[in-house]
Amino acid sequence: MNEHPHVPLLTLDTLWFQVAGTICNIACTHCFISCSPKNHSHEMLTLADVENRLAEAKALGVRDYYFTGGEPFMNRDLLPMLEATLKQGPATVLTNGMLLRKEVCGRLREMADRSDCSLDIRVSLDGFDRETHDAIRGPGVWDRVMIGLRNLAEAGINPVITVTEAADGVRTEQGRRRFLELIRAWGFSKPRLKILPLFRIGAEEKRTRAYEDWERLTTPVLTDHDAEVLQCSSSRMVTSKGVFVCPILIETPEARMGDTIGETLRPFQLRYGACHTCWVEGVSCRT
Amino acid sequence: MTTRLAFLGGIYSNYHALRAALDDIDRRGVDATYFLGDLGAFGPFPDRVPELLIERGIRGIQGNYEESLSSGATDCNCGYTDPRDNFYAQISYDYTAERTSAPYKRWMGELPKSIRLEIGGLRVLLSHGSPRKINEFLWRSTSPEPFLNRICDEHGADVILCTHSGLHWHKQIGPRRHVVNVGVIGRPANDGRTNVWYTMLTAGGDGLDVEFIPIDYDHAALAREMRNEKLPEEFIETIETGWWTTCLEILPAKERAASRF
Ligand code: SF4
Ligand code: SF4
Ligand SMILES: [Fe+2]
Repeated sequence: MNEHPHVPLLTLDTLWFQVAGTICNIACTHCFISCSPKNHSHEMLTLADVENRLAEAKALGVRDYYFTGGEPFMNRDLLPMLEATLKQGPATVLTNGMLLRKEVCGRLREMADRSDCSLDIRVSLDGFDRETHDAIRGPGVWDRVMIGLRNLAEAGINPVITVTEAADGVRTEQGRRRFLELIRAWGFSKPRLKILPLFRIGAEEKRTRAYEDWERLTTPVLTDHDAEVLQCSSSRMVTSKGVFVCPILIETPEARMGDTIGETLRPFQLRYGACHTCWVEGVSCRT
Repeated sequence: MTTRLAFLGGIYSNYHALRAALDDIDRRGVDATYFLGDLGAFGPFPDRVPELLIERGIRGIQGNYEESLSSGATDCNCGYTDPRDNFYAQISYDYTAERTSAPYKRWMGELPKSIRLEIGGLRVLLSHGSPRKINEFLWRSTSPEPFLNRICDEHGADVILCTHSGLHWHKQIGPRRHVVNVGVIGRPANDGRTNVWYTMLTAGGDGLDVEFIPIDYDHAALAREMRNEKLPEEFIETIETGWWTTCLEILPAKERAASRF
């Protein structure tokens, strides 16, 4: 399988933390790493884990930090982790929005105000309404997210609402407008919306379909320009099992590149179906 | 011996502000003035800015606009990710591309992508977005020191200057290193004030002094011309109120929180 290209690490700008492992309070049908309350494939990170990698990242000149899971707010040390992070760079938390209690939102706001760097909260939604959202995320989830959003709004935090293409019509101009109106109605006068493609791995494989064999990258070489759009050319992912090439392939053992970030500063061969989606969609984590 | 240099960020066809800034620079007196690219976009009559710069003998570098215009590209390569932001960026670009005359497009193609200077023993690097990417956005709240330090190392510079994002800021790292986003004179800094900003560097006895200078200009005249040219009302509102109405989705949380829209 030598025809697959290698992606160089052009620059280490972004460090991801799989801060809640694969543990989530819900189990979405499209979750690309099949997170659930019982999936302990990756465990939670400890505060010490995060601090160690932060120290390494600082020396390497990392630009920004992303926190994901599972559900990051299930990790009891998330707030101190964010506090430590915001001393050296901007942080973004990807959450399902269900655990955003009033006190938590209040502390997030304080932390954001104290730091010189940005703290961005991204809340994932899967539809325009309770029915479509809960069909994917489970009964009762929409209502809890609405409470979380109200708490954010009251604390004066303006989240980025991320919507996957699982929401029908969200990619059309009309769908986008409708979503922006919704976000305004929830109390955010400056609505922020980001639409994400789906990955056909994990639970999503069962919901729709798996990758076909042709959906692999077979261009023999990537130019730096090609590589630039791929997350693996500018980021790495820290999990309880070590440092992985990117946030997408954490269930692929060969994508584990080392114990420390320093051990992962080398190229990676793009042999996987998910690499094809990255390639054709130009997935990027920028807001 | 002190050296004083003036730097103009994105001009966005705002020749009114350019003239006001150049007059201000003349009054203060400098050793040289440089522009950092994005001469067009947003405003009217794109030939007037290159005309004025050439007439006054100002040197500078390409922005993504000059790169696109001189290569005949179909868009500005501004680097926005939101569909609405891209929609407005395209209106600007099409208007500008159609009205920039061929000799100026050729001249833009001949501009360097970066310039290196040495002042007061400091190695200064002029870039548009960042030294590594013409359309990278360097915002204050997402450009932490460890990162800026690395960029200075990688590019062998003590002082890095950039523009492109539209908001000016300055970070000093240790005694000798500085990264400065010089701001833009094309449109206000999203702060509810109609003035625009340029940057003055003074190198002398004890290190480098960085000063952001506000420039008032006849923004009403600019708004009038933009209306006559049927440029989007959203752009005109920005000129008249000082608040951005487009390109907002690219702002990080902190900058967006300080924004009106
Ligand atoms: S998609 Fe997010 S919220 Fe849903 S199960 Fe996966 S980690 Fe949890
Ligand atoms: S899944 Fe995407 S980011 Fe991960 S290695 Fe493949 S191409 Fe790179
Ligand atoms: Fe630019």
